[in-house]
Amino acid sequence: MTALEQTARPAALARRRPGGRKRAGGRSAMSYGFIALYTALTVAFGIVPALYALYLSLTDADGGFAGLANFTKVVGDFRFLPAVGHVAYFLVLWLIALVVLVTVLAIAVHAIRLRWLGSGLRLIFYLPGALAGASSVLLWLFLLDPTASPVGGLLRFLGLSSFVEVIVPGHLPLIFAIIAFWTGAGGWIVIMYGALNNISAEVIEAARIDGAGPVQIAWRIQLPMLRKWISYMGIMSLAAGTQLFVEPQLLSQASNAIVPNDYSLNQLAYQYAFQQNDFNGAAAISLLLLVIALALSAVFVLRGGLFETD
Amino acid sequence: MTTATTGRRSGLGGWSGRTIVGVVLAIFVLFFVIPIVWLLLATTKSARGLIVRDPFAPGGLSDLRANWHQLFAFQDGAVTTWVANSALYAVGALVITLIASIPAGYAMALTRFRFRRLLLILTLIVMLIPNTALVLPIFLELNTLGLIGSPLSVILPMSFFPFGVYLTYIYFSTSIPRDLLAAARIDGCSEFQVFARVALPLAAPIVALVAFFSFVQSWNNFFLPFVMLPSSDGYPIQVGLTSLLASTPAFNPSSAGTQSVQLPTLALATVISVLPVLIVFLFSQRFLVAGMTAGGTKE
Repeated sequence: MTALEQTARPAALARRRPGGRKRAGGRSAMSYGFIALYTALTVAFGIVPALYALYLSLTDADGGFAGLANFTKVVGDFRFLPAVGHVAYFLVLWLIALVVLVTVLAIAVHAIRLRWLGSGLRLIFYLPGALAGASSVLLWLFLLDPTASPVGGLLRFLGLSSFVEVIVPGHLPLIFAIIAFWTGAGGWIVIMYGALNNISAEVIEAARIDGAGPVQIAWRIQLPMLRKWISYMGIMSLAAGTQLFVEPQLLSQASNAIVPNDYSLNQLAYQYAFQQNDFNGAAAISLLLLVIALALSAVFVLRGGLFETD
Repeated sequence: MTTATTGRRSGLGGWSGRTIVGVVLAIFVLFFVIPIVWLLLATTKSARGLIVRDPFAPGGLSDLRANWHQLFAFQDGAVTTWVANSALYAVGALVITLIASIPAGYAMALTRFRFRRLLLILTLIVMLIPNTALVLPIFLELNTLGLIGSPLSVILPMSFFPFGVYLTYIYFSTSIPRDLLAAARIDGCSEFQVFARVALPLAAPIVALVAFFSFVQSWNNFFLPFVMLPSSDGYPIQVGLTSLLASTPAFNPSSAGTQSVQLPTLALATVISVLPVLIVFLFSQRFLVAGMTAGGTKE
């Protein structure tokens, strides 16, 4: 769930291919050579693992057909529903924060006239994206420990005087949402900023002549034009958020298991594979997560119109 | 080109509106900046200084040196091994990614072959799913093949980088004039020469961009090596951080002992774990942002 991965992807969004269709050439032998290695990697690390997980999820440990038994087992696991709840709660907080704050910040930064200030702010918002994965979680462990934290005063003001008090289970979705927002928001702000630049100056000027103030321009022109980017951000973040793993995993380790090691769905799948040696159960959970991700992505690719598939 | 050209009158809702926007921006600047500044300062302090002194007072070089020595003495220099592993995995994956994805993107953009559209749509769909979604399935696959623990078990999956193929595809299908390639063919270039001598030199910016994204993604990858590499000797630094964390008494009281890690040392490890990426981010911001918003610019 690193910021860069998510934010890098729209790099090529919405490009239109200039020319029309090309002549069908007799150059296909060479083409197969060019795509051979990539196709092999796609098969080996995209298609085969997905099919193998499907196979494992439908069989038992001895390889016999098990129907949906693995799925009923993992869904019935006493840890499954709580994990779904944790991830869902985290997602709600994170998605709301992303949609509201990223849009507001992008519009605010876009309204700044001073070039150096605007680009400086974008760099500042974007820089935490370099700290992905374990590094950003570790940094936030420091920040959340009132004894060492630079905002220890703020934490104590909120009535939190020790690390253990900070990371009580009820706070975790908020904490994970803050960490994810801190690392990921900047990349999206840069993208929204780019999209705002795309709105023609004439449209804005016309609205202004008609008497629209900056707030009305933001609400009636900029926001509607950002809509597809916002939905893209929401869908990608939803897919990434369901995968929650490294944040609770490290926090569990740092807290002496006050945070359970089966807090999220991916952690539960990991527990199945590595603690219980139940690869079929692990496959069932990862398949559920994979299907969610694939469905979100496929809907977006085939219906969203943001990507060029000629 | 933007609102910048119009008059002052059109500020953000006059004086009070501008103040509110300014305050909101300032709060978020602090939110994004404080953690990084504090982290850098923390590496220059002693364990006691970190807690008793002002959080934003810089420490000293001697404390930085002491933290450095403690960090690299941890488990007989494990940190050096982890950083070297990270470099091996990230660079190895980068090389294979380039060899695989640049020709593939070229072929998909400029040639015709069966299943081209299928491959393109598959590329898009996989590119948009979070890369963690395939980690456990790939683990189950490689486990059956007995490949767990080998460097290839992380390098090869990292080399499957559909985003790189898509970036290359977009670049070749929009930025390379077809006539140029046709002219090279008339001059007697073979198909491979057209690619290697004409298209590839023109694609230098996109090669650099794919290389950058691939490197950053591999370097920062946690879940894949965490699952694939059971032995500490094989950890990249991102996973090695968990070992350091487990040995930090401040977070894990049961770990107090000869190998215990102090908080500033852990902070230094965090900085070192992101340093290559942070440096690239800082010095190639323009380039990066240009790449990320390539689709957002006007045609």
